[in-house]
Amino acid sequence: MYEHLETADNKENLKRVIVEPVSRVEGHGKVTLLLDEDNKVKQARLHIVEFRGFERFIQGRPYWELPVLVQRLCGICPVSHHLAAAKAIDQLVGIDPVNLPVAADKLRRLLHFGQVLQSHALHFFHLSSPDLLFGFESEISKRSIIAVIEAYPDLAVQGVMLRKYGQEVIRMVSGKRVHGTGAIPGGMNKSLTKDERDYLLKDIDQIINWSVASVALIKKVHGANLPYYDDFATIRSNYLGLTKPDGALELYHGGIRAKNADGDTIIDHVDYCKYNDYIHEEVRSWTYMKFPYLLSMGQENGWYRVGPLARVNNCDYIDTPLAEIERIAFKAHSNEAMVHSTLAFHWARLIELLHCAESIKTLLNDPDILSQDLVAKGEKRYEGVGVIEAPRGTLFHHYQVDENDIVTKANLIVSTTSNNMAMNESVRQVAAEYLSGQELTEPLLNNLEVAIRAYDPCLSCATHAIGKMPLQLELINAKGELIDKLVKGSDGHIDRNLYA
Amino acid sequence: MAKTIMIDGLSIPFEEGQTIMQAATDAGVYIPHLCHHPEFSPHGSCKLCTVKVNGRNCSACTFPAMEGQEVINNAKDLNADRQKITQMLFVEGNHFCPSCEKTGNCQLQAVAYHLNMLDDHFPLFYQHREMDASHADLLIDHNRCIFCTLCVRASHEHDGKEVFAISGRGINKHLIVNSESGLLKDTNISAMDKAAHICPTGAILIKHTAYQVPIGERIYDHQQIDQVSLNSEQVDHDK
Repeated sequence: MYEHLETADNKENLKRVIVEPVSRVEGHGKVTLLLDEDNKVKQARLHIVEFRGFERFIQGRPYWELPVLVQRLCGICPVSHHLAAAKAIDQLVGIDPVNLPVAADKLRRLLHFGQVLQSHALHFFHLSSPDLLFGFESEISKRSIIAVIEAYPDLAVQGVMLRKYGQEVIRMVSGKRVHGTGAIPGGMNKSLTKDERDYLLKDIDQIINWSVASVALIKKVHGANLPYYDDFATIRSNYLGLTKPDGALELYHGGIRAKNADGDTIIDHVDYCKYNDYIHEEVRSWTYMKFPYLLSMGQENGWYRVGPLARVNNCDYIDTPLAEIERIAFKAHSNEAMVHSTLAFHWARLIELLHCAESIKTLLNDPDILSQDLVAKGEKRYEGVGVIEAPRGTLFHHYQVDENDIVTKANLIVSTTSNNMAMNESVRQVAAEYLSGQELTEPLLNNLEVAIRAYDPCLSCATHAIGKMPLQLELINAKGELIDKLVKGSDGHIDRNLYA
Repeated sequence: MAKTIMIDGLSIPFEEGQTIMQAATDAGVYIPHLCHHPEFSPHGSCKLCTVKVNGRNCSACTFPAMEGQEVINNAKDLNADRQKITQMLFVEGNHFCPSCEKTGNCQLQAVAYHLNMLDDHFPLFYQHREMDASHADLLIDHNRCIFCTLCVRASHEHDGKEVFAISGRGINKHLIVNSESGLLKDTNISAMDKAAHICPTGAILIKHTAYQVPIGERIYDHQQIDQVSLNSEQVDHDK
């Protein structure tokens, strides 16, 4: 679609505009645009400039450290890494998901629903709601959660409380809100006490009500801005994620399903332990992030999107009633089999938020979460694969160990990596459709960030949450001279320095 | 009438042959320490228990209690020195508390909290240290060894074996095991041995038991090391 904008010809004759860092996302990335003399965009790229190296430095460590070690990849969704690693090391002690004690399985699901709930609430209310409520090109003072608190205090409080509740679920199950323990090889290290369960139960109906209201809000925002919301940063893509055996939405454990842009099934119910037979990763020189693709469709056409949009698109139904009503409405709004609108990520995310709240209530009322039958053990194996639907999409952990229980090989495909190609495509779409040929201004450039933000990429960093991340834009002419510069300080103040 | 020493102005009774550490512990006075253990002969190597006895620095774990001693223990300058010693232990090894399975049960971490250690202060050595995971039930992570010799003493004095020793000097000091291959699997250690359970840090671990104790139930989740230490070591002294 916009692949022609990935690499420009005759780069030496083009002006370079850099958006660095991309703000209100988790982590550090930058966008570069190359423009010709008429400000027409010739190249647009999202670069991920962080390098973490986890795959290398967990080699040589004992496998039982993995769930606790790899969760340090992230402060926003550590539970996802904790559980994906736990599912992999279950296999190293000979336990397949069907053999995991029922209580351990349900406690892990409860932990995971708490995690997805808090992450989705964080992303929508803290990071994205300023764009959606005040407009993408609103004045910069409006583009933060602080402005949301001032203009919509009740809504802001609901967002904070939704996130807090998810973190309390995590704390009850894993001992800490961030970076707890919980999952151990073959099970869990504790169940819930009755007091802990009752503590969570007392607020769950309020949480469900607020979740319902948040879906109504995004539906209203999306509907009020049609067809702009359906077109902005929108790309037709394949979608990949886990589903239950009956095709229902699944976040913790299921088979891999991929559909193409027309909604036709590419693969279905694939055992994720065999992911290597279906998914490969391509390396490109200009970014630290790899480009995964479906092997059967090739590098060119095999890239896919993951995350809430993919999951709600891919599943046949959602097994909690309120979220299912919203899924039906979501699908009905599009004329196509799949909803391709990139901004519909927000809508799908909040449907999942509601699903999590409903699922937490179901699990809290299940006596199994109080059981002490928590750990199972089988015959040692030398390889394990754990896959989970993290808030941002399908997350793969793959480990090999030696006879001494030491990790010899690790491969992680994190959700944001799967969305790499799609985010680049969306950036190019916005650059081509909304920026090309115009004089670039800071509010205009926020459109690029809005497109990236819709994917909720986890480039990992939390300092962006108040929307005052330092930002520097430089406009460099074809001779490499700086001709324009916008600097946003950490206090949100903007300076513009014009150069002759 | 019992003989007494003075520690920080308190009159502390002692029995003939007791060290200052033993007398203090029996009287409920905590002196920070890592290499001392009431069941084993004192070693005096970690220097955390340094106190001032009649104006001179001494290791409380090795120095005999004697009538008329004026001991200063809980003083600002001594605690500042203890904090520096603890920081040096941290930077000399590779101690990554966030993912270490001993976290919450680790004496080094607990004593650091007790001494209000807020950073490493010194540059990290980033030493390359190996793991020995060869034994079916036990693991040595040399990254976390602080050379307290408790495993050496426990193996010798309690288990009647000679599994561990310290070799080398200065920066080249390291823990070795008693086998031709140099691997733990070829020694006569057993997971039931005292030496397998005595390590104050996460250097010698029982395999397949990590993180089984949930957060909230670990040794130092609710009590600081001074209280934990007094509770357990007073009992040991009474044996």
